Amino acid sequence: MKSYRTNVMLCGGTGCVSNGAFKIKDALERELKKHNLENEVGVIMTGCNGFCAQGPVAVVKPDEIFYQLLKEEDAAHIVEEHFLKGRPVKELLYTPPAEKSPVPKMSDIGFFSKQRLIALRNRGMIDPEQIDEYIGRDGYKALAKVLTSMKSEEVIQEVSDSGLRGRGGAGFPTGRKWESRRKDPRTPKYIVCNADEGDPGAFMDRSIVEADPHSVIEGMIIGAYVVGASKGYVYIRMEYPLAVKRMRLAIEQAREYGLLGEDIFGTGFDFDIDIFQGAGAFVCGETTALVSSIEGRIPEPRQRPPRTTLWGKPVVINNVETWANVPAIINRGAKWFSSIGTETSKGTKVFSLAGDINNAGLVEVPMGITLREIVFDIGGGIPKGMEFKAVQTGGPSGGVIPASQLDLPVDYEQLNAAGSMMGSGGMIIMSRKSCMVDVARYFLEFLNDESCGKCTPCREGSGEMLRILERICQGEGRPEDLDTLEELGEAIREASLCGLGQSLPNPVLSSLEHFRDEYEAHINDKKCPAGVCKALITFTIDKEKCKGCRLCAKNCPQEAISGEAKEPHTIDQDKCIKCGVCLDACKFDAVLVA
Amino acid sequence: MGKIRPEDLEKIRERMARTINMREGDARARVTVHMGTCGIAAGARKIMSTLMDLVEERGIDDVVVTTSGCAGLCSREPMLTVELKGEAPVKYVDMDEDKTKSIFSEHIISGKVVKEYALAIGSERVG
Ligand SMILES: Cc1cc2nc3c(=O)[nH]c(=O)nc-3n(C[C@H](O)[C@H](O)[C@H](O)COP(=O)(O)O)c2cc1C
Repeated sequence: MKSYRTNVMLCGGTGCVSNGAFKIKDALERELKKHNLENEVGVIMTGCNGFCAQGPVAVVKPDEIFYQLLKEEDAAHIVEEHFLKGRPVKELLYTPPAEKSPVPKMSDIGFFSKQRLIALRNRGMIDPEQIDEYIGRDGYKALAKVLTSMKSEEVIQEVSDSGLRGRGGAGFPTGRKWESRRKDPRTPKYIVCNADEGDPGAFMDRSIVEADPHSVIEGMIIGAYVVGASKGYVYIRMEYPLAVKRMRLAIEQAREYGLLGEDIFGTGFDFDIDIFQGAGAFVCGETTALVSSIEGRIPEPRQRPPRTTLWGKPVVINNVETWANVPAIINRGAKWFSSIGTETSKGTKVFSLAGDINNAGLVEVPMGITLREIVFDIGGGIPKGMEFKAVQTGGPSGGVIPASQLDLPVDYEQLNAAGSMMGSGGMIIMSRKSCMVDVARYFLEFLNDESCGKCTPCREGSGEMLRILERICQGEGRPEDLDTLEELGEAIREASLCGLGQSLPNPVLSSLEHFRDEYEAHINDKKCPAGVCKALITFTIDKEKCKGCRLCAKNCPQEAISGEAKEPHTIDQDKCIKCGVCLDACKFDAVLVA
Repeated sequence: MGKIRPEDLEKIRERMARTINMREGDARARVTVHMGTCGIAAGARKIMSTLMDLVEERGIDDVVVTTSGCAGLCSREPMLTVELKGEAPVKYVDMDEDKTKSIFSEHIISGKVVKEYALAIGSERVG
């Protein structure tokens, strides 16, 4: 097989692809041909590299040179300078926000150096569309070991000893889940991979499937062997076309090699996987709703029987990341895996960083790492050095954690104790520019919209909470509203049918706990301290600071700003729509929000 | 390839080893062809393709072949630096196809420095 001296691992995750990664690939290949380098230098489309904020990105192997913010036009320069003459192109290297000179090597960049890759072990290292590349990095080795030399009980023991817990939200011990299904005498049995991923701002599971679909498939086959399942489904939302495509291709390739289908590896074990495309509702990720959806019924949660079933038969449902961890545990052993992490939470967790953060992207870190390390060392802190205010963990129905708890070690129990949760790993970072009441209102709007409507506490309760929050943001809050929110929250949490309702009050209750003063400012003083809620703010111009440069006036879409050049300007409050354009435009901090 | 058996995984891994090692970068030997304008003018491209062919022909999977800029000694181009893991880098000057071949077998494969073509052992101090 032909191999290259230099491999350009170009990110082919959804983010980079939508910023033109395929065009860059074509341009690079064209230029390589021009210099007769096409047999020496290969361009490989990988899954998501993780450093999405700087996309499109590429890593040049073996020297690990990290290129960022690539454009089609850069191809000629890179090929001539770097691939022909061996000189990395300085202008395309990454410079961390607080530093002056660029850091050429990926492993020296803080964003990468603090990460530990287990679920994402192959990210950026392989072409996810080539099964041989996965096998080249020890792929399907764990499956061979399990099928040829391990009993089901031994595999379960290994997974239990590793301490692996579900990565989809609740953190249920994976080994224990498998054991209960293994013992269930009913057949046939099913395996499901939950790739619904409905949290806004989360893309952990999409990235794993895009970067390394075989790791998920291998995990599922091992799970199937252990419990005695014959059929599996990957439940994935339609909004993830690239992930669906790569998963479909991976399943076909695995079938071709006899790793799926009848008589796997010639051992007599039969198992196959199909993709089930969900229409993309948040509630579909909930176990009982998900099985209803696969059964062809309306995806509404059910009162849980002791155990969820699919067509009345036993089913193991695990999250994408959970499955992807399994082969690594079998290959490297429970002891190795359990040596990483905290007392109760072993291994690593993938998080997506979004919101007010420099290095928005996807990271995998050991459990027990502090929020501070994630936000500042890996995430690079808040843009423009702004003050950190809070981080929402656990997705829309998680909770906010304030700056005072930045040193919290991240694991399932610690996050719960802080009034939030691990959830599936979405992290939304907020600076002082975020109004906590408005953020709670935003999440409630989402949850109210996604509430399936089957049970009253969730359907009506979320609506009532939303109305109160909207009222507060409008400046029409009443002093008793805060008690009502708390009371409602408790009731919804207690009485809802499924996890959606049970966790829905979290963003409100946790922000009430940590940022009650902001709620009170809205209600009592009719003020929004962060300057977000339009009904409660006015924009004015500081006459002392204004230099009369006209920049704000030129940018104002309402023509609400008047004043001669070099004279202080004024804003006509009747015309002002509080869009904040003037605030962003002013170079002298002369626009005031209060 | 049709259906595979557990033992076939090893064969695929062997076949992929070079591709994978070239990306991981922790190879036994590293060969750098200096590709400044001077190097290219003096025939460095030919040296590179000779190396690539040798690696391919012999199925070597633990040698990284890479390029770098001008090494500062333009009159002695084409130049080659060979660095075996844990040993000091050796710079070879005035390369041609035949010299490249003998350096490949003697130094890169068998670990013996080819003194007659070598300019210096070790790198200049930086900073
Ligand atoms: C409203 C709601 C949405 C959920 N969405 C997802 C999801 O998108 N992906 C997921 O893996 N788990 C999701 N879960 C958790 C699942 O119900 C279930 O706990 C998980 O898939 C089990 O796999 P694990 O043990 O590997 O985490 C959701 C739960 C709730 C209540």
